Amino acid sequence: MKYLDEYRDPVLARRLLDELRRTATRPWRIMEVCGGQTHTLVRQGIDELLPAGMRMIHGPGCPVCVTPLETLDRAMAVAARPGVLFTSFGDMLRVPGTDTDLLSLRARGADVRVVYAPMDAVRLAAEHPDREVVFLAVGFETTAPANAMAVLHAARLGLANFSMLVSHVLVPPAMTALLDDPDCEVEAFLAAGHVCAVMGWHEYEPIAARYHVPIVVTGFEPLDLLEGILMAVRQLESGRYEVENQYVRAVRRAGNTVAQDAVRRVFRVTDRAWRGIGELPDSGLELAPDYQEFDAARRFDVGGLCPVEDPECIAGSILTGARLPTDCAAYGTRCTPRHPLGAPMVSSEGTCAAFHAAGRTPTRSTA
Amino acid sequence: MNIQCPTPAHEEEVVLLGHGAGGRLTGELLDQLVLPAVGGGTGPLEDAALLPGHPGLVMSTDSFVVSPLFFPGGDIGSLAVHGTVNDLAMRGAWPLALSVSLIVEEGLPLAELRAVMESLGKAAQDAGVPVITGDTKVVGRGAADRLFINTTGVGQRHELLAPSAASARPGDAVLLSGPIGLHGTTVLSTRENLGFEGDIASDSRPLHRLVRALAPLGDAVHVLRDPTRGGLAAALNEIARDSSAAVEIEESAVPVPEAVASACDLLGLDPLVVANEGCLVAFVDADAAEDALTAMRSLPEGAQAVRIGEVLREGQRERVTLRTLVGARRIVEMPLGEQLPRIC
Repeated sequence: MKYLDEYRDPVLARRLLDELRRTATRPWRIMEVCGGQTHTLVRQGIDELLPAGMRMIHGPGCPVCVTPLETLDRAMAVAARPGVLFTSFGDMLRVPGTDTDLLSLRARGADVRVVYAPMDAVRLAAEHPDREVVFLAVGFETTAPANAMAVLHAARLGLANFSMLVSHVLVPPAMTALLDDPDCEVEAFLAAGHVCAVMGWHEYEPIAARYHVPIVVTGFEPLDLLEGILMAVRQLESGRYEVENQYVRAVRRAGNTVAQDAVRRVFRVTDRAWRGIGELPDSGLELAPDYQEFDAARRFDVGGLCPVEDPECIAGSILTGARLPTDCAAYGTRCTPRHPLGAPMVSSEGTCAAFHAAGRTPTRSTA
Repeated sequence: MNIQCPTPAHEEEVVLLGHGAGGRLTGELLDQLVLPAVGGGTGPLEDAALLPGHPGLVMSTDSFVVSPLFFPGGDIGSLAVHGTVNDLAMRGAWPLALSVSLIVEEGLPLAELRAVMESLGKAAQDAGVPVITGDTKVVGRGAADRLFINTTGVGQRHELLAPSAASARPGDAVLLSGPIGLHGTTVLSTRENLGFEGDIASDSRPLHRLVRALAPLGDAVHVLRDPTRGGLAAALNEIARDSSAAVEIEESAVPVPEAVASACDLLGLDPLVVANEGCLVAFVDADAAEDALTAMRSLPEGAQAVRIGEVLREGQRERVTLRTLVGARRIVEMPLGEQLPRIC
């Protein structure tokens, strides 16, 4: 794939780093919102090569990490029911709920299957009319269109045995919630390229203007990130605060309007609790009234949920960039990918997991 | 806390799929449960064992449970031969004979079993190793996933070669015989119907001739390992641990085919931990590195052999580090268990 080589060129990467060092006169603090970007930054060690003092703050953009504990407990209660065929994206399987995780439930006999697209779950429902097929629909704006299409398809097929446990979250409300926090240190954002490929970047323009914060729509390859950081620093150095697009090969200002239409048809905006952060107004999607027959939360009455977070986990502070994984007393000891206390240690996009996979220790990590 | 909520209590642990993935979970299962039960020794776990009382003979056994049975570039039959031949070869041995045990699920079409067995027979013939004994069991529907194959092999060591996972030394060159990630991404893509099948094929093939080509280098060849389950990351971590070595590789030097890179990117997988079935890593004396590369490149299975790193003279022992594309260093961890495709 041509794109990969082009955006991983070591010579160009060093040139961008040199340019960054020449441009930055102050130790700017930039947040990458997306967990995929955190993963690339840490895997490549880009954050350790930045000019002295400059810091990347790892944001709340890991969909696995921010899915509320109650949703997970509900998912596991539904998955454990006889006759249910429970489907999910792979990295949700290891996320710890209050008592267990989907992978362990599967090992004990629950029919939990990994799917690569929500349409696969619809296909399973058509193939198994005697089973209740449930899909755990989580993620940001990126996965919402495919989930919406799956609901529309299931409705067209008249599938009465398909439903979704919906826990979608939206990026702009999270950004404004962070900026409204008086302790917020973020001076510029790298916005997630995949989200903007769907939604465009017009939603970000009022945020940049209101909070005087540069926002650069950025891709996921090493050179994308270096260029995005450089563009943000150039704005900061010149006192500008605009929305710029580094990811021109994939993103237009208006985004993908067909995808947006599907999302608007199937979902409606709702308040949503973010794991580790709390309730944010208008920050999530739920099934619209016309499609509530596909709502697994309504279809399966699972009462008695008592979600209890591990008191030692500081996921909330990690997800808002207030603290680093290596600040956590449990990091790498009581909390590991083998036995995660909280979600950021689970997904490959989670900040703690990214740090752990790269072998970061308290003395090696950037502060 | 709400007093009606039971305190979170973890149930008794059970075997997870990840326990069979060749990473840290597999290691824990072996160290804590399997090896103590059979009185396993404390030495490094090698691909094949020396036969007690018979110097020069090595033995290896492996079970093949791949799904689907047929995939681009191979099938479970040829894989069962290649896997065991390669495990023998990684101890510097030439395969002498194989046993083949079949566990067949009731209902498997005979045509499929015939196709697998013909492929297995041909692979054994091509490798020049006879199948001299075997066993066949049929189990009820649902008791197995269509067909499982176990192969055991006995091999004769090349006189000059005595590679071991515990023999890496400071200054060694780390060589790789070919590109990584092909087998794992092919099987995943075929099984899950992900659409990469047209662009990608398993690298399943025997490596014993490649090892024979290295035999003239003798004791300059310190370690041989085929990075199967757990991929290159697991193989290098095992060598670093067993040799108490500090291994460093260069990301830009590790050959990852474009189709593998694309598939891994889409699925959120790391090519370093994806399984291979047709390449080996060799730790050789730095002085012998060029000769080893020339020897490997003289054969089709080693045509793309490259040097990917070295054993550091100073560095944290039992660690594998990677020089990233942008020039930073990061630690390559032992993979945990099953690789889980990510959301987006």
